[in-house]
Amino acid sequence: MNPFSGLDAHLVVSRGESFKIDIRLRVPRGRTIALLGPNGAGKSTVVGALAGLLPLERGHITLDGRTLDDPDGGVLVPAEDRGVGVVFQDYVLFPHLTVVDNVAFGLRSRGVKRGPSTTEADRWLERFGIADLAGRKPGDLSGGQAQRVALARALITDPDLLLLDEPLAALDATTRVDLRRTLTDHLAQFSGPRMVITHDPTEAFLLADEIHVIEDGTITQVGPPDDIRLRPRTPYIADLAGSNLFIGTAHDGIVSVGDHPISVADRHIEGPVLAAVDPRAIVISLAKPGGSSRNSWSTRVQRIEHYGDRVRLQTGDPLPLTAEITPAALDDLRIEEGSSVWVSIKATEIRVESD
Amino acid sequence: MTNTSTSPRRRQRPPAVLVILAVGGIAVFAVPLIGLLARTPWSDLPTLLTSDVVVDALRISFIASIAATAISAVLGVPLAWMLARVEFPGRSIVRGLVVLPLVLPPVVGGAALLFALGRRGVIGEPLHQMTGLVLPFSIWGVVIAATFVAMPFLVITVEGALRNLDPRFEGAAATLGAGRWTVLRRVTLPMIGPSLAAGLALTWARALGEFGATITFAGNLQGRTQTLPLAVFVALETDRGAAVALSLIMVVISLTVLIVLRERWWRAL
Repeated sequence: MNPFSGLDAHLVVSRGESFKIDIRLRVPRGRTIALLGPNGAGKSTVVGALAGLLPLERGHITLDGRTLDDPDGGVLVPAEDRGVGVVFQDYVLFPHLTVVDNVAFGLRSRGVKRGPSTTEADRWLERFGIADLAGRKPGDLSGGQAQRVALARALITDPDLLLLDEPLAALDATTRVDLRRTLTDHLAQFSGPRMVITHDPTEAFLLADEIHVIEDGTITQVGPPDDIRLRPRTPYIADLAGSNLFIGTAHDGIVSVGDHPISVADRHIEGPVLAAVDPRAIVISLAKPGGSSRNSWSTRVQRIEHYGDRVRLQTGDPLPLTAEITPAALDDLRIEEGSSVWVSIKATEIRVESD
Repeated sequence: MTNTSTSPRRRQRPPAVLVILAVGGIAVFAVPLIGLLARTPWSDLPTLLTSDVVVDALRISFIASIAATAISAVLGVPLAWMLARVEFPGRSIVRGLVVLPLVLPPVVGGAALLFALGRRGVIGEPLHQMTGLVLPFSIWGVVIAATFVAMPFLVITVEGALRNLDPRFEGAAATLGAGRWTVLRRVTLPMIGPSLAAGLALTWARALGEFGATITFAGNLQGRTQTLPLAVFVALETDRGAAVALSLIMVVISLTVLIVLRERWWRAL
């Protein structure tokens, strides 16, 4: 095997009688991949196997050329010797230790004396802008603060791989928006391979360079976020990746996406925003629609894909969209790839949140 | 109008039958205490409390109960950990064995200890021949009897706490580079600390109050094996004043333990 800088793994683990995961992963250094899948798809099993809390049945885990688990070769490196940093779901901070002691835990476990460990932990808290929380107990932290403590705790040991298990799930909606950006910044401080395990497509699309979709213990699609979003290969991914997501600037009820204006219902939101539209909320017609739809334009159908009882249309400029209609509607419209159509979206169907 | 439309004021008052029965319940606990306090010879108390019998019994009880608690901690915490975390054949049998002293009459326990560890016992006889050590009717006997009846409290409390502890905390510690001992010392034990403390307190209180197994296995020799409860039993026949004084000591000790437990650890149980 040629040495590969990063994570190279083939994970085969059974849980109980009926459930088995069998997936291959390859994460180069400096890249963030997301493992995206529904609850029960085997995501936590993947975390456990990579972290060393769950032995593989078959396959292998290699990190920067070092074998961590290889049942055939009789190799199983225990969790404490793996150098895999984990930010657990709900963070799992030690409730009996202060924030600074939580962060210093990894160094103390490696035999570093109390003084130097605390100094280093303080430095990490400083870096994450939470130096003032050093003396608090985890029970007194907000979700966002706890997330940063968990990240500092994992990174202080200088791991060779960083796993983030549902990093934003424990946060409320407004905090998520703020923290997504700081999390991206903080992740950039880690130069090794990064892996985000999540059931939340937004989390995956915004944090990852590449998405691996896991369903029932197997990988069903791998690709860059746009690829997954625009060309989903299973009905599940089509649902998951469902939303059309735009980054734009809001002013007085108009969101400018590039130089294309779209009307939204919220007239008060200002500045950078994320706008999302459900594919089912997009109306496709042959003639210019009348009525109340403020957002309508003429474009061409670029791609038509069938998923069982649904059809997805990819439309072109000025604002590429994914729309979903029924096969019956497709028949009625008599359109095919390249057809000219009108696209319209009601302002109330566009969800807008501050970015 | 239906009978469900009671006024808020009426609804606040509990049913009379319940109140009367509850007061009866309180009486069960309060009456013996009142009896004890009513018969306490307050003016003779200083002399009684410093008499040889009382001082000897206090000394033996303290040494034996603390030693029994220490042994329970050293043997009981690892046992609780095994029961909670390791699947081994016969685990449910061991669990039953651990709670056996709770349901077994202490006298039976004492007799069993005598058959096992007595001078002619299965283990006692070879032990005596090899080392000359005689366990029954010595302070060792008192400690062993107290450990036998009290250790279940520690094992049960700690095992329950370990089973309730989210294993992800230990997993997180391991990913941070902590070996098994570090995990145990810095995560597991501190996190079950309140339960461990409660278990130790209950174990100590049970050891202090032990009577049946002690008198059967260790006898009742003043200054050697006579604990507080044994001294109370003897004094009831000979010196009622001393019996009351000794009882009062035990009540005060028990109440103190209870109050401290309630304040800090009771919720952990």
